[in-house]
Amino acid sequence: MTPILAVRGLSARIAGQQVVEAASFEVTEHGVTALLGRNGAGKTSTIKAILGLTERSGEVTFAGDRIDRLMTHRIVQRGIAYVPEDREVFSQLTVEENLRLAERGGAPRRAIVGELFPELLERAKQQAGTLSGGQQQMVSLSRALMNDNRLLLVDEPTKGLAPRIVGTVTKALEAAAEHTPMLLVEQNLQVVRALAHTVVVLSGGRVVHTGPAAAFLDSELVHRHLGVATEEEAA
Amino acid sequence: MSILVLLLITGVGLGALYFLVASGLSLIYGLMGVLNFAHGSFLTLAGFIGWEVGRRVGDGTWGGLLVGMLVGVVVGALVAALTELVFIRPLYERHIEQVLVTVGLGLASVALFEGIWGTDPIQIRLPAWLGETTDVLGANIPNDRWLLIGCAILVLALIVLFLQRTSYGLVIRAGVENRTMVTALGIDVRRAFTIVFAIGGAAAGLGGVLASVYYGQVSAHQGTSLLIFAFIVTVIGGLGSLTGAAIASVLVAVIQQLANFYGGWGDFAVVLALALVLLFRPTGLMGKVKH
Repeated sequence: MTPILAVRGLSARIAGQQVVEAASFEVTEHGVTALLGRNGAGKTSTIKAILGLTERSGEVTFAGDRIDRLMTHRIVQRGIAYVPEDREVFSQLTVEENLRLAERGGAPRRAIVGELFPELLERAKQQAGTLSGGQQQMVSLSRALMNDNRLLLVDEPTKGLAPRIVGTVTKALEAAAEHTPMLLVEQNLQVVRALAHTVVVLSGGRVVHTGPAAAFLDSELVHRHLGVATEEEAA
Repeated sequence: MSILVLLLITGVGLGALYFLVASGLSLIYGLMGVLNFAHGSFLTLAGFIGWEVGRRVGDGTWGGLLVGMLVGVVVGALVAALTELVFIRPLYERHIEQVLVTVGLGLASVALFEGIWGTDPIQIRLPAWLGETTDVLGANIPNDRWLLIGCAILVLALIVLFLQRTSYGLVIRAGVENRTMVTALGIDVRRAFTIVFAIGGAAAGLGGVLASVYYGQVSAHQGTSLLIFAFIVTVIGGLGSLTGAAIASVLVAVIQQLANFYGGWGDFAVVLALALVLLFRPTGLMGKVKH
């Protein structure tokens, strides 16, 4: 499949420390590519480096164009949406203001918020900082999904959420992935299995494995690279 | 009783002046993380040019004063926006260099103002009513305090309206909380930077003309001396908080007035208040920990 995003020799530094080292991988034009790795492997830093949110070097090509010299807002305006780790909603703004702030272009799909997360409509006037973690994640996802994007960068969307909310979030991501490709950072391997067709595995800031998701999740590589047992072994 | 009323109302008047300077400082720091030591220069320049234009329109008249105030607002906004575009923007995220540049601008501009208008303060003429007093519960309140208080309330209301009702206001409120996430939503936050500088400069510009009303003179050092108290107000109120700046302005000025009257240690009392806030509530009265 043609890549929508191609990363070549991407390196990133935070506070002078190398956190991603010469990472190269691709995100296909359809479906979900999962970016996996243990804690501290450089997954979040890779996403931030793609967006220009951290000091970086290397090539990032999006839809055929180099974007590694662009400022973050220009990259996002090209159609890349970001759902950050820890939600990062604006706690002092209302739900409605959080959504309004994220609207880009002429026709944001506000209806999608009501379809995916109807309870957000009831809480439109509520300060986002007073929402539960799950509701904040719904706001964070809505900000990304209501625009007409060409790529979604989603960082640990189920982290710290109750199982019921994990199901809601997974369904929302599944629906989004039907029409928008996604690079997904996720620790929950059940979610990865449900959504991803390809995995890119990082270790110590380097890409150590790339391949089909199902084969990876069923192999002993899961134990080697992520430090967890395969689902079969666990059973 | 009448003395206390006098001290309180004159304190609020002085607080109004502090607020006009501190509101911009607080917004600028809150959104951009820039400690703008050139803010006093906006005030001084606006004070001089406002006075120059005002006296030509009508020296000592309401017309001259009002035109001077309008000119002060415009000059403050333009100079501040220009400062942001020319000096601050190229140093984006380089905070130490930004501080050095604004300190340099502050020092150089005072020398420039002294070169143009001289080193001695220039006494100014004001409408007669401003030199008179109004009786409030037996206290004779100088009328210029009412003008200061009225203008500060108007500026506060306008800034709040702007922040609450406009799309740029929304960007600024979000940016004060988490600037990185604003850019990650595809918003060019640099436009908001220029706007915040312009708003802060406009308020400081008005403050410059009103400071000349308060002190009865314009001088090249007016902005520098007010800037020190405005920074203290900004820290006590909480960097980035407009409400905090408004509360702290009144608090600092009233403490200063009371301590000055009952022992002549007003400046020390203000520094003491700053130390207490930094010790027990480092984020300030209304400040929040930033992401």
